[in-house]
Amino acid sequence: MSLTAEEWVAIELSLRVAFWSVLVSLPLGIFFAWLLARRDFPGKSLLNGLIHLPLVLPPVVVGYFLLVLLGRNGLVGAWLYDTLGLTVAFKWQGAAIASAVMGFPLMVRAIRLSLEAVDRGLEAAARTLGAGAARVFATITLPLIAPGLLTGVVLAFARSLGEFGATITFVSNIPGETRTLPIALYTHTQIPGGDLAAMRLAIVAVVLAMVALIASELLARRIAARLEG
Amino acid sequence: MLEVAVRGARGEVRIDAAFTVAGNEVTALFGRSGAGKTSVINMIAGLVRPEGGRIAIDGDALFDSALGIDLAPDRRRIGTIFQDARLFPHLSVRANLIYGMKLTPAADRYVDFDQVIGLFGIADLLDRRPASLSGGEKQRVAIGRALLASPRLLLMDEPLAGLDAERKNHILPFIERLHREIAVPIVYVSHALDEVLRIADTVALIADGHIEAVGPVEEVTNRVDLQIMTGSDQPDTVIAAEVEHHEPEFGLTHLTFPAGTLRLPTLRAAPGTPVRVRLRARDVSLARSRPTDISVLNIFSGTVGEIDRPDGAQGAANVAVVTDAGLAIWARITARAVHDLELRPGAPVHALIKSVAIDSYGAGGLGSARQPGRAI
Repeated sequence: MSLTAEEWVAIELSLRVAFWSVLVSLPLGIFFAWLLARRDFPGKSLLNGLIHLPLVLPPVVVGYFLLVLLGRNGLVGAWLYDTLGLTVAFKWQGAAIASAVMGFPLMVRAIRLSLEAVDRGLEAAARTLGAGAARVFATITLPLIAPGLLTGVVLAFARSLGEFGATITFVSNIPGETRTLPIALYTHTQIPGGDLAAMRLAIVAVVLAMVALIASELLARRIAARLEG
Repeated sequence: MLEVAVRGARGEVRIDAAFTVAGNEVTALFGRSGAGKTSVINMIAGLVRPEGGRIAIDGDALFDSALGIDLAPDRRRIGTIFQDARLFPHLSVRANLIYGMKLTPAADRYVDFDQVIGLFGIADLLDRRPASLSGGEKQRVAIGRALLASPRLLLMDEPLAGLDAERKNHILPFIERLHREIAVPIVYVSHALDEVLRIADTVALIADGHIEAVGPVEEVTNRVDLQIMTGSDQPDTVIAAEVEHHEPEFGLTHLTFPAGTLRLPTLRAAPGTPVRVRLRARDVSLARSRPTDISVLNIFSGTVGEIDRPDGAQGAANVAVVTDAGLAIWARITARAVHDLELRPGAPVHALIKSVAIDSYGAGGLGSARQPGRAI
């Protein structure tokens, strides 16, 4: 089984989209998880609902909202294009944004749960030893939530590799730009004689998912060993 | 000098506590559980904000509601040792120890790493992870970690409460050495009188969020009106004494104190060593006439002072004997005995204390050559 150049492009694109969507959403995910786990403020339930919305909405609806918001003529998209000359519509960056939004609730949830499990007493102890709030977060809190961060990253990455509905709605199906692995697979199922190519891509998807799972499992064990000594 | 005057509400208890700690003493913040000890400690450390008041060390305000001062815990330089050690699980023992030290400017450091390692006997633990340490080892590392940040004050919040008696007796000497060798004031929270007698110079007795009394250990622990607040069901007598001489042929040590002498089994301490002695009321017997031909070596004659029948004492009474030399010794005897001996205030009486029943402790800051230990 050898992959065609076009299929390699779809795989490379999927990985690139997943990588950037996770990288950009991670700091935001930590921030919102911290906000939800540690702070009380008016509208907290609303924010929590908003973050979790992509989990329960049809992905097509999310894609549509992104189009309305960030499309060339969208509310924010038009302004971005007019003032900065930037657009993400029909670009791989747009696919990354769609993936990030879809994976965000999974990431925030995993990080929030591990933040809530952190013994606040350890942070208090670090404060009494002379560490300011930011240093405590960097040297105590972040290392302690490493397992949650890893889970969040893996879930968001996997979600991104599988993203279809929001992506195709927002940035369409452009070979080499927005035709990610799932979209390429779907395309092949729509053309006569595309069965073999569809099967090849399906196998690639399984392999990618397995590699991601095994890698995260190995990493999780190393983190657990570090934490438990 | 540490000044504390704090107000605030924590759960059920209203905190309104004020006390001062002079010099480099060990002050025990002593009271039963739920009295507000930990809340006061957290307020001093800066982990809980008082509603009002003032906390200052050597005149530098750490918190002052009138002046609008409230330093963050990391700017107070107050080392805190918690009951649960709170070692950072992702760091080695060595990294735990230097966590605070690294954050302390070199000019402010008054202990160095090797000194603390030696003091607490933790050289062999440096490369271990906290999870692999025993409870006692964890607590030694936690104290070393707090000390290495060169704090201006050490707060110890029931550091031995989670340990069994054997481990406790293993750690106490380290705390005593710390007090002897390093000039840092310590506030030691405890609800256990034996810990207080062993290491404290001064006691601040706390009940329902209020400091009820502050003073030398013997003075506060002997006040009967306060004993209900310590959670003790019977009044003990605490005496500051000094080793006078040993009687090796019988394995005895003679202690002197202003109101007399006590004989007890040999203490490994040189003559002149200050010792704190605790006479438990239940180990004191009374006799109307001076007994002869009796094994008890310590007999004090005096008169009956107060007779107290506490609620729930179930047929027992606490009788104070004021000795001819002015010492008040409490005896816990049956109500039946009070009746049969016709004990009433003013009646002449003899207090009998078996030597082997006397507990002795190193005497806090009474001297530098303290040699703690239970009578052997």
